Formats: sequence, C-alpha cells, structure tokens
Amino acid sequence: MWTGTPLFPEAASTMASRVDALYFFLLGVAGFFGLLIAGLIVYYAVRFHRRTPDQVGAQIHGGLALEIGWTVIPFLITMVIFVWGASVYFAMARPPDETLNIYVVGKQWMWKFQHLDGQREINELHVPVGRAVKLITTSEDVIHDFFVPAFRIKADVIPGRYVTIWFNATKPGRYRLFCAEYCGTRHSGMTGEVIAMDPSEYQAWLSGGTAEGSLASAGAKLFQDLACNTCHRADAQGRGPVLDGLFGKTVRLQSGETATADEAYIRESILHPTAQVASGFQPIMPTFQGIVSEEQLLELVEYVKSLKAPAQGQGQTR
Amino acid sequence: MATSTVLIPPRHYLNDGYGIKSWLLTRDHKRIALLYLASVTLFFFVGGAMAVLIRLDLATPAGDLVTDETYNKLFTMHGVMMVFFFLIPVIPSVLGNFLVPIMIGAKDLAFPKLNLFSWYIYVVGGLFTLYALVTGGVDTGWTFYTPFSTVSSTTNVVPTALGIFITGFSSILTGLNFIVTIHRMRAPGLTWFRMPLFLWSTYATSLINVLGTPVIAITVLLVAAERVFHFGFFDPRLGGDPVLFQHLFWFYSHPAVYIMVLPAMGVVSELVAAGCRKPVFGYSFVAFASLAIAVLGFLVWGHHMFVAGESVYSALIFSILSFLVAIPSAVKVFNWTATMYKGAVSWETPMLYAYGFIGLFTIGGLTGLFLAAVGLDVHVTDTYFIVAHFHYIMVGGTIMGYLGGLHYWWPKISGRLYNEGLAKLSAGIIFVGFNLTFFPQFVLGYLGMPRRYHAYPPDFQVLNVLSSAGASILGVGYLVPMVYLMWSLRYGRLAGSNPWGAVGLEWTTTSPPPTENFAETPIVTWDAYDYHAPVEGHVA
Repeated sequence: MWTGTPLFPEAASTMASRVDALYFFLLGVAGFFGLLIAGLIVYYAVRFHRRTPDQVGAQIHGGLALEIGWTVIPFLITMVIFVWGASVYFAMARPPDETLNIYVVGKQWMWKFQHLDGQREINELHVPVGRAVKLITTSEDVIHDFFVPAFRIKADVIPGRYVTIWFNATKPGRYRLFCAEYCGTRHSGMTGEVIAMDPSEYQAWLSGGTAEGSLASAGAKLFQDLACNTCHRADAQGRGPVLDGLFGKTVRLQSGETATADEAYIRESILHPTAQVASGFQPIMPTFQGIVSEEQLLELVEYVKSLKAPAQGQGQTR
Repeated sequence: MATSTVLIPPRHYLNDGYGIKSWLLTRDHKRIALLYLASVTLFFFVGGAMAVLIRLDLATPAGDLVTDETYNKLFTMHGVMMVFFFLIPVIPSVLGNFLVPIMIGAKDLAFPKLNLFSWYIYVVGGLFTLYALVTGGVDTGWTFYTPFSTVSSTTNVVPTALGIFITGFSSILTGLNFIVTIHRMRAPGLTWFRMPLFLWSTYATSLINVLGTPVIAITVLLVAAERVFHFGFFDPRLGGDPVLFQHLFWFYSHPAVYIMVLPAMGVVSELVAAGCRKPVFGYSFVAFASLAIAVLGFLVWGHHMFVAGESVYSALIFSILSFLVAIPSAVKVFNWTATMYKGAVSWETPMLYAYGFIGLFTIGGLTGLFLAAVGLDVHVTDTYFIVAHFHYIMVGGTIMGYLGGLHYWWPKISGRLYNEGLAKLSAGIIFVGFNLTFFPQFVLGYLGMPRRYHAYPPDFQVLNVLSSAGASILGVGYLVPMVYLMWSLRYGRLAGSNPWGAVGLEWTTTSPPPTENFAETPIVTWDAYDYHAPVEGHVA
C-alpha cells in the first residue's frame, strides 16, 4: 500500500487530525512570515539598490512603535501556538479511563509485545480499531522510542521505567512502527508494523493464536516458582504484605512517606525491595534483579494487578 | 576607481617575521586567528567529507554504500567534528580573534599568551578526537545518550569524550579573554553603545561559553567514569537515571546552539550595516536581543526531552520558554530587514550572504515554532524534521554568517580582493544547494522518517535522492571559495584600507593591519555605523 512518493503521512488515529490541524496552522504562520521577510528583502534590494559608489543610506536609527509592534505581535501569535500545542499534548498524555492494555518491551533490536490474554508478538502488533489502546513500555537495554507516524504518537522507551503511550486507531490497515531513538548498530532495522483490525477480525485473531494462558496466569505461575507466595500470604506471620487489592492503592512506607502502588512501584519492589519498604514490614525480601527478565516482571505486575481485594475476609486462592 | 593609489603597507602583521616559529609562538591575535582559520577549515572538510558519505549512502533505501556500523560512526563523527570543532569555535576564534581588538581600537586581546594557549588546547582536543576516529571511530551520535554510550557501545567513546572535554577549555579561555578585553580595553570614547553589534554578540556568546562549557565538561567526564569505573550515574541497573544525562547534556548543548548562531548574527549586523551604508535599525534592541537570547537560552533545554518521559508540567514550562526565546531572534530579523529600507543597498558578495543568512535563519527559526509546540513536537522530534531544522540554523545560519564575514573582512585579513564574480557564483551555488539538501528533509520528517537511519522504506527514496543531489551541489559551493580565496592571496588586486567604503575602526587601519593594529590609539567620537556623509575610498 506504500507506492509512489507520498508528501504527507497517512492519518489513522484520533490524534492524527488534531496534530495535522496544528501543523497546517503553523505552516500558514511560517509561510506568511517567511514570504513577508523574503518579499521585503527582495523588494528593498531592488528598490534601494546602490546607484553610485559613494552613496550612503538614509539616517534612520529606529522606531519605537515598530519595535514594540514586532515584539508584541509575534509574542501573541506564539502564545496561541503554545496553548494549542499544550492542549493537543494534554490529550496525548492522558489516556481515557477504559483502555486495552498491552505491554511492550524494547531491546536491541526488536519490539516484543505481550497481550493480556497471553499472545506474544515480535515486531508486529495487532490492535482493534475504534478502541483506546494503552501501551505500557519498557526497555531491556538502552533507550528506544516507539513511533507510529500514522498515529502521530511517539514516546521514548526507557530502561528502568514504565512509560505509557496511548492511541485509538481509526481505520484498519498496516502502519509502520519505527524506533526513533538511536539505539546502536541495527537501529534502522528496529522497525515493525501496527496492524489495526476491525473488532470482529481482532477477536478472531485473538482466539486464533497459540496463547499459553493469560499474562496474569503466567505471572501466577511465576509467583509460585519464585516462591513469592511463601511470604506474600495471609498466614505468613506478616513476613510480607498481602498483595490482594494492592494495585492502585496508596501504600504507607517505613520512611513515613507514601507511594502509589502502580506498575513502576511493583517493579521497583521486586528489583529493589529495600528501596520502598511498606510500613510494618522488615526489609528482608531479597532482590530479584538479574533473576527475572523484563517480560517476566510484566507478568508479575499483571498478576498483582489481577489480585482483587478479598470480598469477605477470605482471600482468593493462589 | 583610484586603484593606482592603493599600496600594500610596507610593514604589516603578515610580514612581521617569517618561518614556522613566528607563527607557532605568535601572540598576535591576528596570526592566532589565522591558525584557527587553518585548523577549523581542516575539521570542516573532515566533517564535510563524512556528510558526503552519509548522503551518498542514503541515495538508496537499503544504504548500499557502507555498513550500518560504519554509517553510525559517520554521522557521529560528522556531528562531533562539525559541532565541537567547527561550528562552536569558528566565528569567535577566527573572526572574533581577528576583529575584537581592532574593533575596540586595542593592540591585542587582554591575555595574548592565553589566547595562543587556547589554540593549542583546541588542537590537542582535536587530535584526541581524530585519534578516536582513525582508531575505529565512535557510534553513539554526537549526543552520547546514556545508557547506550556508557554500557552498550563498544567504540571509542572515552577518547572522543576527552577530546570534547579538552577542547571545552579552549572555549572557556577564549570567552574569558573576550569578556575582559571588551570590558577593559576599549579605546577612549568607545562606550558600550558605540560598539559594533558584532562585539555585543561576541560578548553574549562569551558569557554562554564561560557559564555553559563547564557543564558539558563534567557531563562527558561522568560518561567516561561510568564506562570505565562503572559508577552508577546513568545506568538504571547501577541505580542511575538515563534521562539525567539528557538534562545535563542539553543544559549545555542547547545554549551551544546560540554559541553557534549569536556570533553569526553579529556578523550579519555588520554586513547589513555596511551593505546598506546605514545604521542598523534599532541598534539597542538588536544589542539587548543578543543578551536576552544568551539568558533565555539557558532555560529551554527541556524541549529536547518532550518525549523522553518528562512530566506534563515541565514540558509545558519548557514549551512556553522556548516560544519566548524565539522573540528576540524575530526582533533581530525584523530589524535587519528594516535596515535595508532607504539604504544604499549593495549586491556584493558579503551582502548576498547576509540575504542568505536572513532567509535561511528565518526558515530555521519559524520551524523551531513547530518544535516548541509540544503536541506537534511529539510527532516530528527525532525525525528528519529536526535534522532539517537545526541544519537551517547551524548551516544556513552560522556557516552563511561565517562565509559572509570571511568575504567581508578578507580584504582586511589578506590585504587583497578576491574574484567577485566567482564569489557571487559560489554564494548562489551554496544557497541553492543548501535548500535542495535540507528542504526535502522537512517533508521526510513529517512523513515520519526517523533520523540516524541507515536504511529506510523505499517510498522515501525520491526525497532522499533530492537531498543527496543538493548535498553534492553544496559541497561544490564550499570548495570554490577555498580556491579563489587562496588564489587571491597571491594574485588578488590590492584592497586598500577600506574597499567597501564602510565605517568602523577596522577600516581605518591598513590592509593588512600592522602588528599593533593602529599607529596610534584611536579616539572614538562617533556612534557605530555613522554613515552621515558620502563615503570615500570605495573601489568596486
């Protein structure tokens, strides 16, 4: 579907038209001032061309009104652009409440995707059209950048952090995915495709895969294999906090501070358990740095997220 | 006109001693300027050769000329050479060194030995970097982003970082030298507001050099320390923060853009005034705009990190500050344009470069607005839109300004005139070649072609071929002045002390000037650009 020499990118997300509108406005502003300056220079160069070798220019030193004018008018125009750019950015930075979450791990030089239902993909990401998709991204090694031009979205994928980015695809198709932050030898090969599908086709794709159970269930298995459950359980005499219903809560820390139990907090607690110890517990948990991979971390995070608060006294079985 | 009366002065700085020692141990700011001229030109052509290879490679989508490893080293070394060893030093160390003492009516800079020492530091730093290049190169990009540069890259990061570290001291010392000289050594009567605008912008640039360069020096040392000793500054596995590096790096490297372009703005103010034989419109606004840019330039570094995990609110603050720094630049462009009104406007080579500078800098500045608008920056950052934008500022701005200045003051430096026809032709070639090289890159960027890509989708090829074709034209445009300027040294017509019919202290002394610049210290009783009466002594 990419033939000829396009001069403008395809627009395939709800954000694309908003970004393009601002782009066209700026093209107008830039075109106006660019032509104004170029026109004046050419006109003056011709109109006031030096006629005799000893000619000098008029004794004009300046004009306060003009100076104020060409300070204030550009200032006002830039403030309009600022507010417009900021409002587009707010929309990009704030995903809707209801999103389809997909985990992304970048590494030199590939993109790995994990769907909640357990499907895994490399360099290809299948998403439904018409639904807000939130990507929770991290990197195994260096900084990468998730860039889909047709969606007009881009975010650095940073090791040691979870960066989220969201989009809502508006039409089915295959869209280019680029790594946009230089990441080493095969940087320009770290590309892929986002495949936006009609919801019904997407459902068919989901059920057609060879998923080995959901991401949370993989996390549950890991939780047992790593023996996390020996301490993080109700009858463990308080060696470790019970994690049911933890996600999204505010945690009181030993230091007296508080932290929100988001994805980054859970990740940090697994890799650097002594960094943010929950109030009332001893810093006895060993680090799992180097033991669990970024992808396994995401499974554990998703498992903890899946643990709902106990209904009446009794926690759910693990 | 009366060329028969033009004579080469019997005694001038170029015949005041011959032999290698008289150059390598000189304390004359004019000779040191020429030492810099030779060395920055060398680095320019090394960096330029790499740009040629990059553009040749990008003529095909698969990048068939070199491997991706080589490609990455090419764009890294192109950036390092051009930024740290050409664009940052070029105007201050060549034109600034030559002109600052003469423009203020002094015999030399405040610290002549320190000035020579600065050149040696620059050369040693450059040799370090050349060593890193010939022993395998470096592939981190000139931006050295962590943790790639500290844990992943296997190339010569440390020697390159040390080269940059060392060269930084040259910038700091030259900046100090200029600041002290401008404060302490102005001729009697030369008040601040009688100074040529080139001195204002050199002064503003020197402030940034002195205040900003230590930060990049510390930053590259931290990179070296993490690489060699595994201190955990930036690597998250060692407890560091990779984005911290970006804050430190851009805290210097954004102001560095103004280190590159402010001196060019100063040159253009001189070119426009002499080219129109008229005072620069709104002198004090242009002068204070330089200082405003120097100050505000330190407060906008975060706009390089809108997609790098910056918080929404810091992004908004850096966005609004970035719009503010655009205003003084716009004020300058309007003032230069207004200066032409009712001027005696010249079409000679220096003025052609001034036209080129204003046009290209305007495009570079206006596209900066696209990048300051956060919601739009998200799409275009890290793409060829950025590449095009900063080349319009650095190449379209700084190099046009530099070449314009070199052509304007060449008769003063060499005592001779170059071939005006060839000079006009090459200015035209450069302008056309530049636009053909970089304008298609704006389109490519909005299409989504990421920067630093060795291979790209086939449908981007036509625009890339246009860009590569433009680069070859641009390359020719840069070679031609080399030829006719060298030629003029021997065969050019004698210039006389004031070939342009310009005012300014540098045109009151002989061409070339004597070692002590002036037979006796001038007393200044007039404002800058005082073209009140028909000028004498104009040749062309």
